[in-house]
Amino acid sequence: MSVEAREKRQPWILLSPALGAVALLLLIPLVFIVVYSFWLRSAVGPDTVGFHLDNWQRALTDPFYRYILLNTLKIAAITTFFCALLGYPAAYFITRSSGNKLILLLLLMLPFWISYIIRTMSWINILGSSGALNTALMSMGVISSPIQMLYNEATVILGLVHFLLPFMVLNIYVSLDGIDTNLEDAATSLGATRWQAFLQVTLPLSLPGLAAGGLLCFVLGAGTYITPLILGGPRDAMFANLVFEAIITQLNWPMGSALSLLLLIVLGALVAVYNRFLGMSQLTKGLG
Amino acid sequence: MGAVNLSNIVKRFGTFLAVDRTSLTIPEGSFTTLLGPSGCGKTTTLRMIAGLLDPTEGEIIINDRRVNDVPIHKRNLGLVFQNYALFPHKTVAENVAFGLRYRNVARAEITRRVAEALELVQLPHLGNRYPKALSGGQQQRIALARAIVIEPDVLLLDEPLSALDANLREDMRVELKNIQARIGVTTVFVTHDQSEALAMSDQIVVMSDGRVEQVGAPEEVYNTPASEFVARFLGASNILDGRCLSCGAKQAVLEVPVFGKVTVPAAKAPHLKGKGAAKLVIRAEKLLLRDSPPEDGAFSAPAIVETVDYQGQSVRYFVRAGDIQLQAINMIDERPFSAGAQVHMTLRPQDCAALPG
Repeated sequence: MSVEAREKRQPWILLSPALGAVALLLLIPLVFIVVYSFWLRSAVGPDTVGFHLDNWQRALTDPFYRYILLNTLKIAAITTFFCALLGYPAAYFITRSSGNKLILLLLLMLPFWISYIIRTMSWINILGSSGALNTALMSMGVISSPIQMLYNEATVILGLVHFLLPFMVLNIYVSLDGIDTNLEDAATSLGATRWQAFLQVTLPLSLPGLAAGGLLCFVLGAGTYITPLILGGPRDAMFANLVFEAIITQLNWPMGSALSLLLLIVLGALVAVYNRFLGMSQLTKGLG
Repeated sequence: MGAVNLSNIVKRFGTFLAVDRTSLTIPEGSFTTLLGPSGCGKTTTLRMIAGLLDPTEGEIIINDRRVNDVPIHKRNLGLVFQNYALFPHKTVAENVAFGLRYRNVARAEITRRVAEALELVQLPHLGNRYPKALSGGQQQRIALARAIVIEPDVLLLDEPLSALDANLREDMRVELKNIQARIGVTTVFVTHDQSEALAMSDQIVVMSDGRVEQVGAPEEVYNTPASEFVARFLGASNILDGRCLSCGAKQAVLEVPVFGKVTVPAAKAPHLKGKGAAKLVIRAEKLLLRDSPPEDGAFSAPAIVETVDYQGQSVRYFVRAGDIQLQAINMIDERPFSAGAQVHMTLRPQDCAALPG
């Protein structure tokens, strides 16, 4: 074999275990799900095999599904907004802190060492009827009986912001860290105040990081089902809860498959739009 | 009073003393260079003048106004960085116009002045490009245009040529000096490169360890160093430890190893206080090697060539006389001496300088 041919083959040899895993664990199951979504569930016995559009028709026309889908996108959007609002100043602070950047970044990653479910459940101990906040307010005499703070849309958003904030901060941090601090100094030397220099120079240059963090928060937020399950009320179901409900509770695999593909298509379209305008490279930067 | 006055400036970072009680006058319209090795406090001093750092103690006065408490955006200074610091998301014209937008300049006036500034740096056609499409030299010219278009009281240059290639650097230094001379703006230039400092400056401030070692015109600093540090930092020098035998109004007589008694004009020994320990500074290019002793009775001493560092039009020799090693940089037009050759070193005493020991 010639040297060139060997050099050409080498990356593929190294990639093959990963490609094999992706094919086996992601691509093949996905194909199964696509096939499932065209089957029909029978009241008794095995599902009806075939090419039926019933599930898709229901997924696309049922007003309940549409309402949940829009609500899911709304919750994801609000979550993303708050992540950006809280995450930007934090990322800016970490970028500009001189010596202890690594410690601050480590602190940011620390929550990932605790299970996501535990982190979500912790809000029950804070906001529940016998949680920290209610107990404190009652002992101070501000209220006489506990306030119902949990199990609504606001607590779902709170839980999601808690979960997703580090992703946003990291993405903005990576973007800000790549901006030369001399640029702001140059702007102020030319007559801009610190705030004007930030608005004119730093903010526009950090937008790619903000967008990457936003996309990540939105996609992860829109796909979540644990947070609404733990912190939401009966009316706060998100789209992934419908999938869970269809597959686990109703054992309607074909319908669950169609619903999960619908969410995949909606979020995939969003990623495609992002890729068209900003490119994927920014996203991988933020994940590293 | 100069355009910029520093009086008793001290800057501490924690326990580190970056600038130690420095006073300095930068004359109106002058090109003043802060020269020194890295860590000598030159950039810290520049950043304090700019307002990017606050002095721990002391006063900074720009055009008779105390500016210690004036924020950077109100100081009206032009600042040029080593890495250009152009705004990558703005076009060249937008970069140059940036400072004018904070100065209530009418739109038509902005366009005119941007064009004028680009003309001055000889890049009139690049207004619509983005910085990343320009070469390093072009970017540095745009950075200069952006700094001077606001007609600053003082132009501050922080190693602006260091990131450029050697050839381009020499062209840019001539051009930078020409532009400065044309607009006559008081300029403070920070560099660690002695040839840049010597070529461009009206006044050189040599700094070391946070202190000013010497202030003077380039030829003054080069020919009459005020300290051993300055003698060693600028050019290549031989420094011989000896004694001062007499120190008069016209001349000083030193006794040093190798050459014996050397009479130095008083002008070359301004810091010598009287008899006692003294040092003789001999520039490497003033020490000439010959194969026979001079017949005209010039100052001379025998030596043996140890190392030959051939550089084309000149050669750097390391020679040994007794247990002392000296270096000599000589222009040559034929073959250089080879290692091991017996030579005679000659020098003119008036080319030497004397320092207190």
